[in-house]
Amino acid sequence: MFESMAKKPASWLTGKGPESEIVLSSRIRFARNIAEFKFPPSADTDTREKVIEFVRSAFSSMGLLKHGHFYNSNEISPLDQSFLVERHLVSPEFMKNGTGGGLYIDDSECLSIMVNEEDHIRLQSISSGLSMNECWECAYKVDQELARKLEYAYDDQFGYLTSCPTNVGTGLRASILIHLPGLVLTREIDNVISRISKVGLVVRGFYGEGTDVLGNLFQISNQTTLGRSEEEIIDSLSKVTQQIIEYELNSQETLMKDASDQIEDKIWRSYGILKHARVLASGEVMNLLSALRLGICLKLFDKVSLNQISELLIVTQPAHLQKYYGREMTSAERDMVRASLVRESLHGKQ
Amino acid sequence: MLCQDCNKREATIHLTQIINNEKVVLNLCKICAEKRGFHSPFEQMPFPLAELVSGMVGSNILKKPDKTGKIDKKDLKCTNCGLTFSEFGRIGRFGCANCYNVFRVELNDLLRRIHGSAEHRGHVAETPTEELQPLREEKRLRDKLKKAIETEDFETAAELRDRIRELSLKSKEEGS
Ligand SMILES: [Zn+2]
Ligand SMILES: [Zn+2]
Repeated sequence: MFESMAKKPASWLTGKGPESEIVLSSRIRFARNIAEFKFPPSADTDTREKVIEFVRSAFSSMGLLKHGHFYNSNEISPLDQSFLVERHLVSPEFMKNGTGGGLYIDDSECLSIMVNEEDHIRLQSISSGLSMNECWECAYKVDQELARKLEYAYDDQFGYLTSCPTNVGTGLRASILIHLPGLVLTREIDNVISRISKVGLVVRGFYGEGTDVLGNLFQISNQTTLGRSEEEIIDSLSKVTQQIIEYELNSQETLMKDASDQIEDKIWRSYGILKHARVLASGEVMNLLSALRLGICLKLFDKVSLNQISELLIVTQPAHLQKYYGREMTSAERDMVRASLVRESLHGKQ
Repeated sequence: MLCQDCNKREATIHLTQIINNEKVVLNLCKICAEKRGFHSPFEQMPFPLAELVSGMVGSNILKKPDKTGKIDKKDLKCTNCGLTFSEFGRIGRFGCANCYNVFRVELNDLLRRIHGSAEHRGHVAETPTEELQPLREEKRLRDKLKKAIETEDFETAAELRDRIRELSLKSKEEGS
């Protein structure tokens, strides 16, 4: 399953969209439940099956099944599930639930809907660059239609009711994936993170061995879901993101003033390693690709396109590699295969 | 540094998150990080807020059951799914929509701590019976109008009055 998907990059990774040199993707997620059923964590098998049936028939009458596919979680192998997680189409939690879940993915991979994750319905829309409004329009339209087919659990005071109280109200989580090498290199990042957290947003970096953030990638999302309207939440995330982009560009300018030779060397050195290495760990690839992306941003480097960098970030992940080569591999094998895939991609481009 | 979950392996993954100005740091080994769902930065990482919630309910809101083992008066129980408030405190998840009704008073406090508010201000859910929807919206607008008049925010009040008028006109048109 998903073989054809594995061969093409996701549409949210086209490297297009506003601010796509710095913002990789935007995402909107709604958490919804059907009023008459117990929430998934406490629902029995029968109830879970009924929920899937309800939702599936709603999708069908909305015409969604004509341009997308609905899967039952028991027909998705563990490798395929990891593959979908790497592609941002399902959450890691969805994998843990085992059977009794459903998943809808539309043909463009912009819209994905998990059934019986923590809530009956988790509807997400994802797109390339800083494009919150595009995500919102796509997700909102489907959400509105679903509401007419299924009675949502909704309360006049608390809004949309969710399994976890941290999602209640709008049930909305808006997030962006952003690349901040300048702020990391100038060590301004901690300042920025603490400023952001004061306006109701959460920033997460992913740390590997040591203290460096892998790939200089951060996820920023709204922390609270109750008490502010959907528009306010999205607006505030977009505005703060604009501001962070400005901080990042300032940091990059500072770097170029103080250490342009070193920066240029770092970029070309990274390109050299990616182009010739025989063994590449996944964290290493992320850091090297980060340097190339910075190079493009600074207009110091044009051997590789943004699109290609984003694509490599995704396809060099463990499950993608195994899907691509059609077999399971040990971590050592993957490091070699990863290096050869990156080499192919970079040499082909020249 | 040892992993905070297993206390056995070396912690190699360090995650920092700031919640309500409070820094939450997770130091985990690779295996425990994967158990929690941290695989790569591309994934939607689970909020450690859930842990915060159950901690808060346990320590601050719930009274401890007394020594005779009698059920605490405060330990409410949902009539639909059977979840008690103390169970909710432990797992941080509700069993069904009715739980919100049963625990409403307690939740006012809890939700204010998590979100800084206990009032939904966003879109109103459409109902399958479509004609109910404008009624709900009208009720919400009227509530807001009352508040606006109370706080002498006349500009907002005028705006709200217009919206209510629009809404009732629309529903009359659709009804005829
Ligand atoms: Zn551990
Ligand atoms: Zn209940």
